[in-house]
Amino acid sequence: MSESTVSAAGLADPAGRRALMAGVDAVPGSAKPDPILEVQKIVRQFGGMTAVDVDHLEVQRGIITALIGPNGAGKTTFFNLITGFDRPSSARTGAHWSFDGAKLDKTSASSVARAGMVRTFQLTKALNRMTVMDNMMLGAQNQEGENLLKSLFKPLWARQEREIEEKAKDLLDRFKLLEKKDDYAGSLSGGQRKLLEMARALMSDPKMIMLDEPMAGVNPALTQSLLGHIQSLRDEGMTVLFVEHDMHVVRHISDWVVVMAEGRLVAEGTADTVMANPAVIDAYLGAHHETDLGDDELLSDDAMQEIAQEVAAEAEHEGGKS
Amino acid sequence: MDTIQSILNAMLREAVSPQTAAVAIAVIGLNIHFGFTGLLNMGQSAFMLLGAYGFAISITHGLPLVVAILIGLAAAFVFALVLGMPTLKLRGDYLAIVTISAAEIIRYVGRSAKLTDFTGAAQGIPGSQYRDPFTKLSPFGNGSTQLMPFNYHDVAGGAAWVTILGLVLVAACVTGIVAAGRRLEGLTRNVAVVGLSVLGVVLALFLAPVTNQNTGVRGWWFTGVAWVLVGLSTYAVYKLVTSPWGRTLKGIREDEDAIRSLGKNVFAIKMQALVIGGLFGAVGGIMYVLPATVQPDSMGRSLTFFCYTALLLGGAASIFGPVLGSLLFFVARAFIIAATNAYVPDSVMSTQQTSQFAFIVVGVALMLLVIFRPQGILGNKRELRFNV
Repeated sequence: MSESTVSAAGLADPAGRRALMAGVDAVPGSAKPDPILEVQKIVRQFGGMTAVDVDHLEVQRGIITALIGPNGAGKTTFFNLITGFDRPSSARTGAHWSFDGAKLDKTSASSVARAGMVRTFQLTKALNRMTVMDNMMLGAQNQEGENLLKSLFKPLWARQEREIEEKAKDLLDRFKLLEKKDDYAGSLSGGQRKLLEMARALMSDPKMIMLDEPMAGVNPALTQSLLGHIQSLRDEGMTVLFVEHDMHVVRHISDWVVVMAEGRLVAEGTADTVMANPAVIDAYLGAHHETDLGDDELLSDDAMQEIAQEVAAEAEHEGGKS
Repeated sequence: MDTIQSILNAMLREAVSPQTAAVAIAVIGLNIHFGFTGLLNMGQSAFMLLGAYGFAISITHGLPLVVAILIGLAAAFVFALVLGMPTLKLRGDYLAIVTISAAEIIRYVGRSAKLTDFTGAAQGIPGSQYRDPFTKLSPFGNGSTQLMPFNYHDVAGGAAWVTILGLVLVAACVTGIVAAGRRLEGLTRNVAVVGLSVLGVVLALFLAPVTNQNTGVRGWWFTGVAWVLVGLSTYAVYKLVTSPWGRTLKGIREDEDAIRSLGKNVFAIKMQALVIGGLFGAVGGIMYVLPATVQPDSMGRSLTFFCYTALLLGGAASIFGPVLGSLLFFVARAFIIAATNAYVPDSVMSTQQTSQFAFIVVGVALMLLVIFRPQGILGNKRELRFNV
């Protein structure tokens, strides 16, 4: 397949990514040239309420995919399901999902992480009563010293420990947390904890990182640098799937956007196609999503009149329909 | 002055007693559960009781000492597995419920009349039936020894000022240890703390010398072995919790899901912690019954709560907290009993009541401690500040 031979370096180039995704149909559940994650018939019901009902979804390797949708659309539940933190109600009736070619249907959360799919949480889970450094060190995989018997003999793991510490320092430096390394994670600000959680997830060298609202509660300057980090992860060949509400962020960094509403996929496509999609505007964005609500010009008479006319026209339209 | 001297003697006798050391070992195990992993084990006494039963019953049935100890440990091991399997996947509170009921089950089974041939039912197994193989190992021989042989009697004929000066010096040692622990760093700190601790112990024994048989029940052989075991357990726990394995324990205490999302097998690590803490409990239990009897009712809920009191007193999640906490707990209790016996007339409080009264005071002290110094004596206050 010609598309799948696109190297990581090719995907670091925006034109390369556009070319890759140009061949993909912008319909929900469309096939991707080289999917890293494939989801089939995954349903989760809480009593009578269906939180997630996804028929088919593929996530392309090596690009940034955004998952957007209104509150209660089931984005986080979907995250929980594919990372093993929750089990689908359809577990026995055809729910299948695979990551990087390996089936994940019955895999526990920790095995999912070991397979290379690491997630962060919407409500940050920094380990408060441990230092920033200890938080980071926990992220590393295959540690000899975490084996109970070996842990008693320091020479068996001291060398690996030093290597991990170096790696942790590099990452902390990248996320501007190095000077905090001996502080307790509980003393960090909310935004810094988000950074710490992301850095900790990266300690495991994941193939795919899943970020649940990484920008929520983060100040604009920090958001800028976080976006930079996420893009550089992609440029290094990592796959990113993230949930986000800030449309500017989504438009700015995502190569592909998936929209969920009421548990289902309603649209897929590049950011521009999706945001022009009437179904998405209805379900999520709203007709005035481009308008700056804080803008004083909105208060001018012209603008008010314009809105009034629009409302009247819409009412007429609705009336005509019924 | 004689009264004060006898109170001091009672306190020191309690401090070096092998049973204090035995409880300290069990508390070290509980510290792995509660302090480091956040497992709310409310049945530490059952681990102790099972260790004791395994050991005592094996010996009364003619098995050699080493095998008996192994059987005691195996009983606690199996108990930990059985408790852990169903509960460790659930939220923490369930473990507390299951452990406290399991501990009661073990105690009631132990005291049931059907098992009289094995456990001696409510009467228990008298120590004389299983103590001998251990006593025979003693290299100390017969006779008795006084620690310290050089004591306050030898200075100025044991005048009152010697005792008072000594007490002031002991207080100075304690203050010095605390100050050194807080202010100094690294090697100097360790040297200062260890040096002052040794000096304090020597001074205490100088003020209130303890005379014991070399080998008999509660003799120096029992005491020595028990405290060496305390030292070894403390060292083992230190090695464990400063390793990457110990780091995952603390991680689980903070947030299990986060650790799961980092690819660690949380269930396995919790199970390992439960088993190891339980094994320490079994060792403590064996040591606890060696100078006494295996009596199920003396190792019930209240023993678990003494363990928790000692742990919180010393400081959960600290290395030396369990040892210091157990020492303080038993010494303080001995002090209250001896002091009330000496100063409160029998018409107000009889000798039997003083022992109950001591528990009331200890309970109130625990409440005050949890309110005003929740991190305990050695605990890290910074760690506790972020408790959510």
